[in-house]
Amino acid sequence: MILENYIILSASLFCIGLYGLITSVNIIRAFMSLELVFNAINLNFVAFSNFMDGEEIKGQVLSLFIIAIAAAEAAIGLALILTVYRNRNTVDGNNIDWLKW
Amino acid sequence: MDFSPETLLIFLELFIIVTALGVVLTPEVLEAAFLLSGTLSGLAGVYILLNADFVAAAQIVVYVGAINVLIVFAIMLVQKQLDSDVTVNGTKQLAQTLIPLFLFGMFVLAITDTNWPIQSSLPTVETTEAIGKHLFTDYLLPFEVVSILLLLALIGAIVIARRDLPIKDKTIKTYSTSQLSIGSKD
Repeated sequence: MILENYIILSASLFCIGLYGLITSVNIIRAFMSLELVFNAINLNFVAFSNFMDGEEIKGQVLSLFIIAIAAAEAAIGLALILTVYRNRNTVDGNNIDWLKW
Repeated sequence: MDFSPETLLIFLELFIIVTALGVVLTPEVLEAAFLLSGTLSGLAGVYILLNADFVAAAQIVVYVGAINVLIVFAIMLVQKQLDSDVTVNGTKQLAQTLIPLFLFGMFVLAITDTNWPIQSSLPTVETTEAIGKHLFTDYLLPFEVVSILLLLALIGAIVIARRDLPIKDKTIKTYSTSQLSIGSKD
């Protein structure tokens, strides 16, 4: 079945993104992995809306909302990264521990 | 040269997975950002195969055009890091690779076991028109909320990233000293 093709692609993207989130030390790379996870979710929405809801494509509308929220998240996240870099001179995730007990 | 959608999908899947692995595994962060743009463009191609042309256009414009460029700018504003001196523990590394692999195996098992209720005949709708109707009728409130959220997020990003000028501190200091001198005169 071709739907399973798309969902397995989405699952593999999700797992690659998860691996990047767990392993990356550089927080910008963790951020890019997060974008991969967002895209996996988006692909799921679009695939299901095409194969199960072809008349009213509500999944595509939801995926547009996800894209908008991902843009907002990217702006905030990169602003935070730049501020952290300015104050601590590092983007190493292991050195950022202001909120750690 | 005529490709069937199936072969095109296989090529796109290979491209997406290879570039996504590159994003996670390349040592150079800037190369990872450029590979990420490849992943996002390939996903736009997959959306076109899924009859979602408007989402594909939004994907290219927002992800490749805006977010990816923002990431590249952030990388270039941040000084290049040397390889961090974190000694990766053997068992920790094993767990880090095994958890996503295990999750992926579970996903594949669940996906292949499930009997998906697929519509037999795919109706072709005008996607842009349908999305526009949804956005201005039953999804009007979420649409407005998302627009407010975007505005607030951009204002917040400016406020967070703005450099606090040292001049501000100076004015406060001179103000306080003048106050002090006034107090001493009295």
